Amino acid sequence: MRELRVTPIKNGTVIDHIPAGLALKVLKILGIGDSVTSTVTVAMHVPSQAMGWKDIVKVEDRELAAREIDKIALIAPSATVNVIRNYNVAEKRHLTLPDRAIGILRCANPNCISNVREPIESTFVVRSKNPLRVVCKYCDRELEDIVAHIL
Amino acid sequence: MSAFQGRDVLSIRDLSRADIQLVLRTARKMVPIAVGEKRSRALEGKILSTIFYEPSTRTRLSFESAMARLGGRVLGFSSAEGTSVQKGETLADTIRMVEAYSDAIVLRHPQEGAARLAADFTEKPVINAGDGAGQHPTQTLQDLYTIWDERGSFEGQNVVLVGDLKYGRTVHSLAYALAELGSHLTFVSPPTLEMPTEILEHVKERGLSFRIAHGLEEVVRDADVLYVTRIQKERFPDPQEYEKVAGSYRIEMDLLRDAKRGLIVMHPLPRVTEIAPDVDRTKHAVYFKQAFNGVPVRMALLDLILGGGA
Repeated sequence: MRELRVTPIKNGTVIDHIPAGLALKVLKILGIGDSVTSTVTVAMHVPSQAMGWKDIVKVEDRELAAREIDKIALIAPSATVNVIRNYNVAEKRHLTLPDRAIGILRCANPNCISNVREPIESTFVVRSKNPLRVVCKYCDRELEDIVAHIL
Repeated sequence: MSAFQGRDVLSIRDLSRADIQLVLRTARKMVPIAVGEKRSRALEGKILSTIFYEPSTRTRLSFESAMARLGGRVLGFSSAEGTSVQKGETLADTIRMVEAYSDAIVLRHPQEGAARLAADFTEKPVINAGDGAGQHPTQTLQDLYTIWDERGSFEGQNVVLVGDLKYGRTVHSLAYALAELGSHLTFVSPPTLEMPTEILEHVKERGLSFRIAHGLEEVVRDADVLYVTRIQKERFPDPQEYEKVAGSYRIEMDLLRDAKRGLIVMHPLPRVTEIAPDVDRTKHAVYFKQAFNGVPVRMALLDLILGGGA
């Protein structure tokens, strides 16, 4: 019999098919760690038929905003986001990497105009999806460490 | 109406090969007007704003001269001092204000990406006159015009870029454009100041080969164009190391002895000691002409953008 390591949740969000090793980065995107008010379950290095190994994150009593889902798409485009209501999958969302990442990354160039007080949102153009390469729309610099610059 | 009318010029990358060729051909037609032999009122009634958040006399004066030669007017400021910028106004707001006063905006700003931000906040065409360590497309057009005017074409020309290739923004844009236009590129710099890989990748993508060298002697014999830039002292923690490096990239008469007769030596100026003064008297030296070329090139750009049809 297959052992169930992670129990089903009643309400909340299950982020499945995260590439193995990226669960902690997903937690960073969701801001988990500072002031959590519900249970968060993390499963790392779980066997997966499709992926070999994968990570899973379950957040109870919370549904993700579109911007949070876009952020996850940036680092884990293969992930699926399932919205759970009363133990059932109410919505299943496949992530799509947008052509532009607006307002979700900060430019690493300290002298970029997007880092000063101007009425704009940071904008990165996705130059390549695999491997992920993004370039600041304003200063044209490539962002090297994408995860470290998630807003 | 030309495809250029109303367009922003923010980076040389925004211009196609055909766009660049149109600017260069138009610039050549502007020369008699630029030297005062012919008069033009092509841009009469048009107003250009030159808003300079940091001083750049050469760029600003060449834009002002270009506009005046075509019969247009210029307004603006040449440093942020004494303007509402000091009161904390955002660039976005300044641009929206300036938009109401003029037909096109020339912007110089110390921060990268400022011109692209400006273009987002106005319907009027924006010309980037340098944004921090970012782009300076009119300088690149001026350099391209000089090569084309002196050498007749870009394809197959051996262009050697010398000096600080890591931080020098003019050489980045120029290398990018020359790769688009089919020149053979050689990069000569100290090992610590080599051309960034991003630019090298672009050259490769264009199917062109390039050479990287650390000494001038080995490449000068085959060169058609020697583009020299300044190596800045502050890039070296040790002043002695700087002296040694800077000295080895100095263009002197001895070095040019085996050069091709038609070799041209270019420099964006101001120079310090990169080119010996006696080189000025040779036919190779075109850097002062290159500086003058900034006027007809900017005239061409203004005429195309503002639809003057000179």
